[in-house]
Amino acid sequence: MQKKLLLGLLRSRRGIIGVSIIGFLLLLSAVAPFIIPIESYFLWNDPDYWINNPKTAAPSWTNFFGPKEFEHVSLDKNDAKVISESSGGIRVDNYRFEINMQADSFPDDIMFLYSAKYGDIPPVLQIDINRPDNNTFTVYYSSLPPSSDTITTFSDRIFSTNENIKEALNQYQSLFNYSISGLEPQVVIFSDTSKPNVLKGVYQISERFFLFDNHSSVEDAGLILGGKVFGVVGTDDLRRDLAVGIIWGTPIALFIGLTVSIFSIAIGLVYGVVAGYRGKRTDETMMRVNDIFYALPILPLLILLSISFGRSIFLIIGFLLIFSWMGTAKVIRSIALQTRNFQYVEAAKLMGQSDLKVIFKHIIPQLLPLTFASIAIAVPAAILTEAALSFIGLGDPSLPTWGQILHDANTADAASRGIWWWIVPPGLMIALTGLAFFLIGNTLDAIANPLRNKNKRA
Amino acid sequence: MFLVLFAILFITVILLGSSFDKLQKEAIRNQVIDEVNQGTLKFENSDERLSYINNQIQLRSKISGLDQDSLNPSKLIHRVISVMTFDLGKSHFFTTDYGSSNVRDIIFEKVPKTLLLFTTATICAFVIGIFLGTYVAGKEGSWWDKSNSIFAIFSNSFPSWWIAMLMIIIFAFALHIFPARATPLSSPSDPTYVLDLLYHMTLPLITLIIVSFGGVAYIVRYFLINILNEDFIHAKRTMGISRRKILYSHALRNAGPPIATAVGLALAASFGGAIILEAVFDWPGMGKLYYDAIGQFDVPIIIGLTFISTVIFLVTIFITDISYTLLDPRVKGN
Repeated sequence: MQKKLLLGLLRSRRGIIGVSIIGFLLLLSAVAPFIIPIESYFLWNDPDYWINNPKTAAPSWTNFFGPKEFEHVSLDKNDAKVISESSGGIRVDNYRFEINMQADSFPDDIMFLYSAKYGDIPPVLQIDINRPDNNTFTVYYSSLPPSSDTITTFSDRIFSTNENIKEALNQYQSLFNYSISGLEPQVVIFSDTSKPNVLKGVYQISERFFLFDNHSSVEDAGLILGGKVFGVVGTDDLRRDLAVGIIWGTPIALFIGLTVSIFSIAIGLVYGVVAGYRGKRTDETMMRVNDIFYALPILPLLILLSISFGRSIFLIIGFLLIFSWMGTAKVIRSIALQTRNFQYVEAAKLMGQSDLKVIFKHIIPQLLPLTFASIAIAVPAAILTEAALSFIGLGDPSLPTWGQILHDANTADAASRGIWWWIVPPGLMIALTGLAFFLIGNTLDAIANPLRNKNKRA
Repeated sequence: MFLVLFAILFITVILLGSSFDKLQKEAIRNQVIDEVNQGTLKFENSDERLSYINNQIQLRSKISGLDQDSLNPSKLIHRVISVMTFDLGKSHFFTTDYGSSNVRDIIFEKVPKTLLLFTTATICAFVIGIFLGTYVAGKEGSWWDKSNSIFAIFSNSFPSWWIAMLMIIIFAFALHIFPARATPLSSPSDPTYVLDLLYHMTLPLITLIIVSFGGVAYIVRYFLINILNEDFIHAKRTMGISRRKILYSHALRNAGPPIATAVGLALAASFGGAIILEAVFDWPGMGKLYYDAIGQFDVPIIIGLTFISTVIFLVTIFITDISYTLLDPRVKGN
């Protein structure tokens, strides 16, 4: 029977689509720890971890369709060309970054990162920008803050909103034939001098450190140009890479969906079989209890439960279990009612086998194929309900689930701001997962469900 | 039905009783400290002041029955009755449009708006679904039939509130046809308020209809096709009655009772989704209030809303049961 089920599944087109989607999702969950850093899972809600990303950037493939937006650039020490020279006791470490500017729009912001180790004489940092039109702008010239006698490491980042940079740029007004006052520094730096457009070409940005003694050294240097487009899915208001969130959401969603459906179907199976097999008064009572559970409004009660007991993922799975076994119990019961009159069951009973043994050895194995179908069909509902719970702000706050991402999007008004890349991908993933399990379940059900086959024949 | 209602209330009160108590104690404590700070009482030292405050808190807690355990049976019953009569005290964070912070007033102000949106959408989805379902049932296996089934599967897989967010992007952000926030800007006393409300209702309404009519049509089609294979339909066809007439009067009439049950249950289940949908659209109904109350942890409001939404849910199921008896002559005979 199991073999027939599998064959039937792979023979139908719907079944193949479903299986391949799930295969893809499983693959994604399996490779997730290898393609993205694991700490991104634990630090999903830590803004510091994401600070080097751009804010609310669209996916980078949007550049194929509209005007070419500036793509996020994040360079570190290893991307720089380091030139070190010394004269008269002063050592100059020059970290030079090259940027090939081909976009039609300006970066959102510029960050210069550095980290230096020094004693009582602080080094001086000078930042020069050599433009494609051969003008060189010195945008920053300042000594690092003084330290105490001991040698310490000082790390900081200079933002393009820095007053020094603004002032430094004002002295280059004469080069431009329009007013640059009031323009953002990142706009001025990348502007054509004749018209307020982007000047395309190769820019060389040097961070030059003047070190005045031997025990001073540069530990790190970096450059970040905040882009308007980033990665495959873009980023949200908190600079988080949404692609990472969506990949981490996959194993969590599969875990929730499968755990809830397997356990709830198991409960429903046992409940239904016991009711159907024992019949009479037991059946009557158990079905009334089932009816009461049917009449419960799920969402309000889930809200209450998670408010009063907590929001950990395992608790939520438990809550979902309470409300998802009734349908299976009802179907299984009606089948078990027929099964108990079959001759092999009666034979087993006559041989003096206990009720428990008859149920588990003779009736339940007959129902297993249908159970597999029910499990697949129950997954989407579990995933949708968990997402809904996360969406209203009652999900496990420590996990990057799809529902949680959509909750953040709704809190930030992403829909009315038109930030579609924050909304479309997580929802599509929820729908895709649900759809895949639904297709598989439907195919299996068509093969295994005796009630349904009877309807078809009639 | 009343048994279920009572059971749910009981569960609610047991679950939230302790946090309700905690909040009330907090409120009393704040009140006492306020009085001491502003009052004319003089204390020798801080110890004396502290003991006075503690005494006062204990005294007032006793008066309002807070010293008892929150699971004390007499207290539980008292509380269930007070919930059923909507005697829920005051909300800590919310007020009505007219400034009342009574939980009953707040909830009763929101309920009609939810009902207006949900019932209108339900009726529309029902009508569209029945006609569409009947139409595709008559053309089993056609292109229309297949695309209807696919549409139904899709509308079951997508979260309705996600569709709502997409609708806002398309119609409010990109096309500027409807407002993104469904709370009307004019004040409720304004004569144009009703028009404004209806205009703001359009987008949530369309969304609700879109997400639910596919499922209704699918259910209708499923039962109709089963009926269409029955012998009496074949007999009618050989008698020369037109296909159309068989479909719309004979088959639909016979498939009526199971359709009513299935659709009723499906719609009752979608009520939860409608609550979330309200929060997305900012529609000033119960769902929005629920969302905000959860955000602020306003327990009286949450208890009240759970109660009223249970009532609405059960009434929907009740109406479904009644319509079954109305549609099925055999049940009426009994």
